Amino acid sequence: MLKDRYQKERLIKNIFFSIALASITILFLIVLFLFIEGVPIFKVVSIKDFLFGKYWYPTSEPPDFGIFPLIAASLAVTALSSSLAIPLGVMTAIYLAEIATYRLRELVKPIVELLAALPSVVIGFFGMVIVAPFLQSAFGIPTGLNLFNASLMLAFMSVPTICSISEDAIYSVSQEIKEASLALGATHWQTIYRVVIPASLSGITTAVILGMSRAIGETMVVLMVAGGATLIPTSIFDPVRPMPASIAAEMAEAPFRSDHYYALFAIGIILFLFTLAFNMIADHIAHKYKQVGTATL
Amino acid sequence: MRKKTTDSNSKSITIKKPLQRGRKVSQGVMFIMFRIAAVINGLALLIIVYFLIKNGWRAINWTFLTQSPMDSMTKGGILPCIVGTLCLSIGAVAFALPIGIASAIYLHEYARPGRLMRIIRLGINNLAGVPSVIFGLFGLAFFVTWLHFGVSILSGALTLGALSLPVIIGASEEALRAVPQTYREASLALGATKWQTIYKVVLPTALPGILTGAILGLSRAAGETAPIMFTAAVFFTPRLPTSLFDEIMALPYHIYVLATAGTEIEQTRHLQYGTALVLIVLILGMNLVAIIYRSRLRGRMLL
Repeated sequence: MLKDRYQKERLIKNIFFSIALASITILFLIVLFLFIEGVPIFKVVSIKDFLFGKYWYPTSEPPDFGIFPLIAASLAVTALSSSLAIPLGVMTAIYLAEIATYRLRELVKPIVELLAALPSVVIGFFGMVIVAPFLQSAFGIPTGLNLFNASLMLAFMSVPTICSISEDAIYSVSQEIKEASLALGATHWQTIYRVVIPASLSGITTAVILGMSRAIGETMVVLMVAGGATLIPTSIFDPVRPMPASIAAEMAEAPFRSDHYYALFAIGIILFLFTLAFNMIADHIAHKYKQVGTATL
Repeated sequence: MRKKTTDSNSKSITIKKPLQRGRKVSQGVMFIMFRIAAVINGLALLIIVYFLIKNGWRAINWTFLTQSPMDSMTKGGILPCIVGTLCLSIGAVAFALPIGIASAIYLHEYARPGRLMRIIRLGINNLAGVPSVIFGLFGLAFFVTWLHFGVSILSGALTLGALSLPVIIGASEEALRAVPQTYREASLALGATKWQTIYKVVLPTALPGILTGAILGLSRAAGETAPIMFTAAVFFTPRLPTSLFDEIMALPYHIYVLATAGTEIEQTRHLQYGTALVLIVLILGMNLVAIIYRSRLRGRMLL
C-alpha cells in the first residue's frame, strides 16, 4: 500500500510538471509559427533589404518591403516614452517605498494598479479624441496624431510596470543598512540616493527594461495615436508608424499567404526578437545582481 | 566622508549650519518632486476617467446596453459586444486557470531551485513580455489557420488564454506563498502525503487568493484588442453567438472600429465614449474588487 501511495505521488508530480511546461510550449509554438509564416518573405527580399530598406509600400507595384522606417519609429517612440516614464515611474516608486505613510501608500498603490489595468484601446481612444486636438491647437501643428502624443500615452502605460517592480526592489532593501546610514548622520534623502538606490539598482534596471519592452510591443496606442505615416521621424511631432501598428493595421487587408502577409509576420519576428532581447537582459540582471540582504553593498 | 564628520565636530559651527540647511533644503525639494510624481499618476487616471464619464454617461441607457447596433453602427446599442467580451474573457480564463494553478503548484510546491525551474520561469517571464499583437499573429497562424478553428470565439478565447496565463500563474503563486509553512508541516506530520496536503490543506487556504488572480486574468483578457483582431472579432454581426465557432463583436474592438473606421466617426462620438465607459467600468470594477478583496485577505493572513 505504501508503494502504491509512493507511485501515485510520483505520477501526480509528473502531471504537474508537464502542465508547468505549458508556458514554454506556448512560447515555442509562438516562435515556430511566426517563423513558418514569416520566413517565406525572405525569398522575395533579402534580410538586409528587409531590415534596412527605407521604403515600406507593400501594396504598390512592384511592392517595397523595407521596414527601416517602422523600426526607427518603434525605437523613437520607445525612447521618448521611456524618457518620460522612467523618471516618473522610479520617483513614484521611491515615494511609495520610502516616503509615503502607510495610509497614503495603501491609497496610491491601487491607483497605480488601476492605471495598469486601463485597456490600451481606451488609452488610445483618449489620446485620439482628447490629447490630439489639444496638442494640435497648443503647438499649432498640422496633426495631433504624432510621435509625441503616442509616446505620452505609452509612458502612462509603462509607468505602472516600472513603478511596481522598482517599488518591490526599493522596499526590500534591508532596514539595517538604512539605519546604519541614518546613524552616520545622513539625511533621509542622502540615505535614499547614496544607499537605497544603489542597493536596489538591479531591480530598478529590470523594471526600466521591462517598461521599455512593454512600450515597444504596445499595439493599440500606436495604432490609433501615432499617425500612421511610414516616414523616418525627424521631429517629435512627425506622424509615424511603429511595427505593431503596421501589423495590426495591415493584416486585415493583406491577402492570405501573400507576400504582404508573410512580410507582416516577418515584422512580427523582428518585434518578438526585440522584446525577447529586452526580457532576457532584464532576467539576466535580475539574476546576476540579485539583492541578497546587506551583502549587496 | 568619515574624516569630514569628525572634523566638523569641533572645528566650525559656522560652516555646519548652512550645510545642515542645504541638506534639509535639498531633501525638501526632492521629496516634493517625489510627491508630485505620485500625484501625476493619480491625475492621469482621474483625467482619463473624468473625460470618459463626462462624455459617455449620456450615451448609456437601457437601449444602449440591450440592443444591437443599427443603421451601419451609427445608432443602437452594444449588446453583442458585451456578450462577446464576456464570452471571450470567460473562455480565456476557463482555459488558463487550470493550467495556471497547476503550473503554480508545480513551481511552488514541487520544484526545487535549479536549472529546470529557472528555464520554466524564464519561459513564463518571456511569455508575459510577448507583445499582444504577436499573440494575435500566433492565434491567426495556429488556432485559426492550422487548427482550422476559423475566426471564432474558440480561437479568440484560446489566444487570450495564452496571454493571461502568466498573470494567473503569478497570482496563484503569490496565493500559495501566503499559506503558512506550518499548515503543510502539520498535515504532513499527520501522515498525509504531499498531494493530500496540497489538495486538502494548501489549496483551500490559497483559494481566495487564486480567485483574485482569476479576476485579474479576466480583466486582462477583457481589455485586450490586438489579440482578437485577427482571431475572433468582426466589424459587425447582427446576431448573438450560438456556438464556439461563431465570430463575434467585442467591446475593445468596437471602440477601435467606431473611432477609426466607422461610417460617421464624428456623429458616433457619443457611442464611442459610451462603449469606452462600459469597458472601463467593467475592467476597473473587476480590478477594484480584486484589490479590495486581496487587501482584506492580506489583513487576515497576518493575524
